[in-house]
Amino acid sequence: MTTAMKKVLTGNNSVSWGVKLSRVQVISAYPITPQTTIVELLSEMVANGELEAEFIKVESEHSAMSAVIGASAAGARAFTATSAQGLALMHEMLHWAAGARLPIVLANVNRAFGPPWSIWTEQTDSLAQRDTGWIQIYVESNQEALDNVILAYKIAEQVNLPVMIVLEAFVLSHTNEPVEIYPQEMVDEFLPPRENPLYVVEPGNNYAVGSLGGPDVYMEWRYKMQKAMERAVDVIKTEGENFGDHFGRKYGLYEGYMLDDADIVLVSAGAFTSTVKYTVKHYRKETGEKVGVLRLRAFRPFPHDALREALCCRKKVAVLDRNISFGHHGIFYSELKSALYRLKDDKRPPMFGYILGLGGRDITPKDIREIIEDVKTREEIEEDIIWKGVKP
Amino acid sequence: MIEIRMHGRGGQGTVVASKALGIAFFLEGRYIQSYPQYGVERRGAPVQAYLRVAEPGEEEFVRSQIYEPDHIIILDPTLLDQINVLEGLKPGGWVVINSPEPPEKLNIPDIYNVATVDASAIAIKYRLGTKAQPIVNTAILGGYAGATKLVSIENIKEAIKQVVPIKPEENAKAAEEAYHSVKIRNASEVKV
Repeated sequence: MTTAMKKVLTGNNSVSWGVKLSRVQVISAYPITPQTTIVELLSEMVANGELEAEFIKVESEHSAMSAVIGASAAGARAFTATSAQGLALMHEMLHWAAGARLPIVLANVNRAFGPPWSIWTEQTDSLAQRDTGWIQIYVESNQEALDNVILAYKIAEQVNLPVMIVLEAFVLSHTNEPVEIYPQEMVDEFLPPRENPLYVVEPGNNYAVGSLGGPDVYMEWRYKMQKAMERAVDVIKTEGENFGDHFGRKYGLYEGYMLDDADIVLVSAGAFTSTVKYTVKHYRKETGEKVGVLRLRAFRPFPHDALREALCCRKKVAVLDRNISFGHHGIFYSELKSALYRLKDDKRPPMFGYILGLGGRDITPKDIREIIEDVKTREEIEEDIIWKGVKP
Repeated sequence: MIEIRMHGRGGQGTVVASKALGIAFFLEGRYIQSYPQYGVERRGAPVQAYLRVAEPGEEEFVRSQIYEPDHIIILDPTLLDQINVLEGLKPGGWVVINSPEPPEKLNIPDIYNVATVDASAIAIKYRLGTKAQPIVNTAILGGYAGATKLVSIENIKEAIKQVVPIKPEENAKAAEEAYHSVKIRNASEVKV
């Protein structure tokens, strides 16, 4: 077997390589910063024959999602990518893809919504698609981006639900770092061609997809979607372990960092967690205080049981949200509170919700250090949003 | 860890330079992270790019911007008069700058090591870009390697060949010439 090669790649191009190695057959996309270079490289790969796929150019993101829905219904492995405004325009068809139970993979590069116009990172765009029936996985590094495209197809094609891989604008999308690119045959062993589609629309095999579902059948469709999501919790866990056995990098529902003995746990998702980890490591070294990190990976399905087990009985939990649900609070904070509700009072840690880094505002080690110091001073939850870094 | 900030103007190839230097360090066996300023770059406007180089054997970085760099690389000397390019530079750090002047002539505090290289003239000699707008990003990397000796010129040339889309040979030669012609003024004794 040929050995893997390491290349210096951007986060976006790592996604492109993940798509190529997954032998995706149909790609359709509409350009939008900061996503564009994902499909730019893919279009080059298709044009020069490196990747045998159809690249369908369309006039909007709504059409891009519609095109990959058609391709996936015809049995193909299909991919698209977008950001913020583009993802919002896809919204109707996101519901459609999940409802039609199509294992499409979408890479969303987190970008803040306008107005005011912004191209910089924020997690609100993907989190706002929470209830569309898509599995969502947040990644921290370029390697994880490449790996999780492959993993996404493995998961999606087992549970017949689409998967969204989420990476942060610029902080990951345009950052270069060394990435291991696996030999094609090694990926082929892990991810064979799409097997056992739920249905295939093709000439001579006529189906009506998306016909009327009256009150007599509709609820069962939704019940089955929920059951598939629940099953996805185990599939993500098992395939993440299988991925580790095969490629040497293991992925779980979440990642713990200095977590085992931690009294204070910082919870975050996405690339800025690297800064959280780095700060926690140094803070521990200097103070000896038991601070740890829990990085969320799966947001849908939300792994309630695993998170309850991981956070049970900790002294304090601080959630770092680079997002907001207006009129409520940080979205990960809100979801995590709901997951921990079932813990008994004496086992449920007090939780503190920080909102920071909106619209790409830099998140620095100093910010993280100040949050750790702030958490230490708090005993009771007095407010559901603690703003970090808002100018007076 | 070494943190490097590069200053140039949109269109000069500052971002490509940060990637090439990153690859050169990567070829030395170091883990790296390089990225452009998170902005909407326009031709001629000041731009920045960043590079982190891990200590040998280490593979972790923060993902925030660089505020206190160890080294600064300046592709366009006119930036010296326009923005505070030295902002946050650690005492004892390197300033590598595209300039025909000797380092002593540039009014840079003596707590910094300064290296000058006439990257514009070298780029013009190898017909990189135009006479009015030479592409200096590869020559300046040769100057960086010659001054700091932290990365070999062989790996700089190899990295250039990997990332520069046109005239890879000429760009590599420009880096080589800059490597040999860089002028250095060391910092005076500094208390760090």
